[in-house]
Amino acid sequence: MSYQDAYSAINDENDSRWAFGTGFEQPVSTVDAPIPSGVDGADLAAYCLMLGEDALILSHRLQEWCTNGPELEDEVAIANIGLDLLGQARLLFGRAGQADGSGRDEDFYAFFRGPDEFRNVALVELPRGDFGELIARLLVFATWRLALFSRLTDSADPVLAAVAAKGVKEVAYHRDYAAGWAIRLGDGTDYSHERMRAGLDSIWPYIPELFVPHEIEARLATADVAVNPETVRAEFDDVLAQVFGAATLALPVRAAAQESGRVGRHTAALPPLLAEMQSVAREHEGAQW
Amino acid sequence: MVTALTVAETVADPELPVLTLADLGVLRDVSTVDGRVRVSITPTYSGCPALAAMRDDLLNALHGAGYDDVEVRTVLQPPWSTDWISAAGRHKLAEAGIAPPGTAPSRNGGPVPLGMPTRSVRCPQCGSADTEEISHFSGTACKALRRCRSCREPFEHMKEI
Repeated sequence: MSYQDAYSAINDENDSRWAFGTGFEQPVSTVDAPIPSGVDGADLAAYCLMLGEDALILSHRLQEWCTNGPELEDEVAIANIGLDLLGQARLLFGRAGQADGSGRDEDFYAFFRGPDEFRNVALVELPRGDFGELIARLLVFATWRLALFSRLTDSADPVLAAVAAKGVKEVAYHRDYAAGWAIRLGDGTDYSHERMRAGLDSIWPYIPELFVPHEIEARLATADVAVNPETVRAEFDDVLAQVFGAATLALPVRAAAQESGRVGRHTAALPPLLAEMQSVAREHEGAQW
Repeated sequence: MVTALTVAETVADPELPVLTLADLGVLRDVSTVDGRVRVSITPTYSGCPALAAMRDDLLNALHGAGYDDVEVRTVLQPPWSTDWISAAGRHKLAEAGIAPPGTAPSRNGGPVPLGMPTRSVRCPQCGSADTEEISHFSGTACKALRRCRSCREPFEHMKEI
């Protein structure tokens, strides 16, 4: 596709390369994938939404780092990680719309539901902190999700298995990026060590929730569709122990937070996050640009 | 009439236009069922924003070659791997100043690397093996940013996945 000048290029209304706005087509709509027999479609949809919302909400927090990164290379890295997670959310929301029989699209799940309907873990919605907090949160999230997804590749649901197989490759890079920075900051100067430690302290209360199975997760795990998060705790602890050792960081000791996003007890940070993220889609419903 | 496969194989990647979708291994299958051309493509990364552009470019190319009934499908399984980039594709990448990927790790998500990345990547400008990684991520998710210690040029490297 060629244009006379940049102005005519950006005015081409039929050019789908501009990935902004709403009204995207389902990336999985052309994949033939029946719901496995014996699996409750509503349960499968709810599970896809949990995993999708974890990715969508953290992706939004990562997008807030655009123009706020400590240096260009890391800003690009953070944006790329956010893009991977957004892609995972889109695939999972697409599957949710198939599984619950509603045929609703990804825009509906992302933009037209309120905070009461979201079941993302509280860790992902916490307000943006400093770079140490970002690295702490990314290390914890990616280590947890990698452990879940590497088992989910054997899911009885072929779409979940495919999304996980693809996601494993991406999340492994996210984890390695965060681990690299945790080690450089922790094993750096007294000041960088202190900032990394403070970042870990602030997110530590939100870790226990990651390993408490939701009733739907537990049901689907017995049908080999989902992964019971209790089963990945040992792997998670092991990876963190290795990184903390190399980073000369001590494991924080903090009480668990009261909030649990999985069961709908969100922190005060979620409603304003959604209000901002959903504002354009709601004000101009169905708009494409 | 040129076969649908031949037409599809000429379509370039929107973000790396020196390569075709076939070079990249993104074009998975072209078949004809009851007069309808069915093309299967797979995204490089879940969030790849170029997927819609790839589909449109394939549709335009096939329509232009006289195939009116065309369906482009997205397949996720098996997940794309840089091992699927053809020898010609690797050559074109290097010509364009992008270091081609090495062999993909047999299992992603193995032990967490605790030191600085030590992978050996040759500089596409001067050929030196003395290069270092600046950033795990670059202008697109599929590339890392590196620097050559010999000729001092920065360059991109397509990451192994």
